[in-house]
Amino acid sequence: MRTVFLFALVGLLFVVTGFTSSWNVALGIFNMGLISAIMALGVNMQWGYAGLFNVGVVGFVALGGLAAVLVGMPPTPDAWSAGGPRILLALLAGAGAVVATIALRRAMRPGWSRALATVAVLVVGFFLFRAILDPAVEAIEAVNPSSTGYLGGLGLPVLLGWPAGALLAAGAAWAIGKTALGLRSDYLAIATLGIAEIIIAVLKNEDWLSRGVKNVIGLPRPVPYEVDLQSSESFVARARDWGIDPVTASSITVKLAYAGLFALVLLALLWLAQMALNSPWGRMMRAIRDNETAAAAMGKDVTARHLQIFVLGSAICGIAGAMMVTLDGQLTPGSYQPLRFTFLVWVMVIVGGSGNNLGAVLGGFLIWFLWVQVEPIGLWVMELVTSGMDGGNPLRQHLIESAAHMRLLTMGVILLVVLRFSPRGLLPER
Amino acid sequence: MSDILNALVAITNFILIPATAYGSQLALGALGVTLIYGILRFSNFAHGDTMAFGAMSTILVTWWLQSQGIGLGPLPTALLALPAGVAATVLLVLVTDRTVYRFYRRAKAKPVFLVIVSMGVMFVYNGLVRFIIGPDDQNFADGARFLISARDFKQMTGLDEGLAIRSSQAITIVTAVIVVAFLFWFLERTRTGKSMRAFSDNEDLALLSGINPERVVMLTWVLVAALATIAGVLYGLDKSFKPFTYFQLLLPIFAAAIVGGLGSPLGAIAGGFIIAFSEVAITYAFKKVAGYLLPEAWEPDGLVQLLSTDYKFAVSFVILVIVLLFRPTGLFRGKAV
Repeated sequence: MRTVFLFALVGLLFVVTGFTSSWNVALGIFNMGLISAIMALGVNMQWGYAGLFNVGVVGFVALGGLAAVLVGMPPTPDAWSAGGPRILLALLAGAGAVVATIALRRAMRPGWSRALATVAVLVVGFFLFRAILDPAVEAIEAVNPSSTGYLGGLGLPVLLGWPAGALLAAGAAWAIGKTALGLRSDYLAIATLGIAEIIIAVLKNEDWLSRGVKNVIGLPRPVPYEVDLQSSESFVARARDWGIDPVTASSITVKLAYAGLFALVLLALLWLAQMALNSPWGRMMRAIRDNETAAAAMGKDVTARHLQIFVLGSAICGIAGAMMVTLDGQLTPGSYQPLRFTFLVWVMVIVGGSGNNLGAVLGGFLIWFLWVQVEPIGLWVMELVTSGMDGGNPLRQHLIESAAHMRLLTMGVILLVVLRFSPRGLLPER
Repeated sequence: MSDILNALVAITNFILIPATAYGSQLALGALGVTLIYGILRFSNFAHGDTMAFGAMSTILVTWWLQSQGIGLGPLPTALLALPAGVAATVLLVLVTDRTVYRFYRRAKAKPVFLVIVSMGVMFVYNGLVRFIIGPDDQNFADGARFLISARDFKQMTGLDEGLAIRSSQAITIVTAVIVVAFLFWFLERTRTGKSMRAFSDNEDLALLSGINPERVVMLTWVLVAALATIAGVLYGLDKSFKPFTYFQLLLPIFAAAIVGGLGSPLGAIAGGFIIAFSEVAITYAFKKVAGYLLPEAWEPDGLVQLLSTDYKFAVSFVILVIVLLFRPTGLFRGKAV
């Protein structure tokens, strides 16, 4: 009952926006709301089911975005012939060094000789990796740097990038989980914070891979282009029949198409998540979360289950990241801010209700809506507060200019208030 | 011979001095994190933004002093403004503790829950700082730029390589030594400091022996606010003040605290220097040094840089991972498991 009512309320927010500003804006917010809901679903699996504290969401989202580019963009044949195979060789060498280290550590007995051998293998591996990689990178980035300068992707349908994003994020999550899970819970938080910073740094600086801060633009779309719709006679005729301007109609149609695709993914994931939560596996997860010692005593492998759910949740964040890049049609590594992604998604989960999938989805929509709308509201409040001052007053000008930063403050306050007075969120776990 | 001297000077100039200054800043930051961990038993994600707030308050007072024409001559005016900045930050964290943390402390909430709460606090501080001073770079350093400038050093010694010590670096190191000495004197010698250590070591025993927990917690926050402000101001003087960089400092600071052993003040200092030296040395381009030391035929073409400076976070991260894998309690056997 409460669920239905709250969802209706959030739906009403979007409808009101549709009527008061425009349906185009409302749908734009709604589409990002769908993506936010998926991210919140992923984080809710980790925190709500298992009590894992992941503050690297932004990194997994960015990896998903990279996957969409690597799958969807057309390849750059010149760049591939200039250095593609060498890049692959370098990556193989790097992976080989890591595998060799692990094998070595398994084979040798602990002691000084093993430590020395480990360091030696790693150092040699690193220099080998750099020796092969550096010239290849230079060659690739020299190929038409203003428009490509990177390897490009596989040229496959961009929709395939979504599962690829999940895989990429899952891989990173596995590596980090192997290291930090099983230790104190805060350590996972700090380790994920670190891996996220590194992933973003790689995306910003490895131009051969992601064009760095030059951004990848013009990703192929899974839905028609506005321009094509506007030049299609049947579409224009239909828009006229409905009495809508064809330009508006085309952008709304495109947004609706995206909304349909995203809603499909969200519903599928939500269904899976609900099934998982209500299965014996879900009960085991909650048992582990509530009392690790007791669960371990019952023969549950706590660390392995944690790793499993950490990988799953991160994979979902990866899907959301790939979807977002698809929606934007571009990858802009400079825009991946931890405050905007990681921490906002956390606010969504906590406010919505941790442990409840529907709650996470609700939080995703609600908080995203607020995040977008707080800025104009803040501006309005500031103008109201300062309306008594005269126009040239420096304090007034400062307040109005700073209204944009009201967002972080508001989100922080919302998070603290919910944690204090309703720590189970809007839709508590049953 | 002079080649070797030149190489040594270059290493001192580009690695030893900057890393010592950076290490002092990290150590001060990590001390704050480790104190909170020791007494309040959670990882404070708001620490970077506490530093930003402290630096910001100091900057505002500095600007006011500068506009009044008050200064310290060759020393930066910010040092004069520091007490005011510390006071503002102490006030902020005490208000935060009263309104936010105390509730969870009384409810005996799980540590990870407190970490999430500190994340909310981080959001608020971050918004506050951006709201008051904006997200952009702010410059507030004044006074003499250099203690020794590269040109003076070259004239003095006749070497090709210059050695510059910026006054901000010298001030950082001197201040850090004074602050750390005071902190250790306080913790080791005073009655209050001893009660704090007792509380950190064994809360129940400390409570039994009549230590007032609220007083210990309050004192911890005061110390943490002072440490955070000093670290923030020194970092701002040395590099520049930008709210987002302070958020990013969270990773090296946590890495330093964990490497040293969470809860161990000595470990925090050691960790700070380990992280700083590795970061600076690994991201430094050794081309110049190699040019002095190697015969001409062997001179490298590239920069001889292990990692580009864009990846400096990777260094703290890798050190962190190594410590987590092989010695999760840190070098100085902190309390974490």
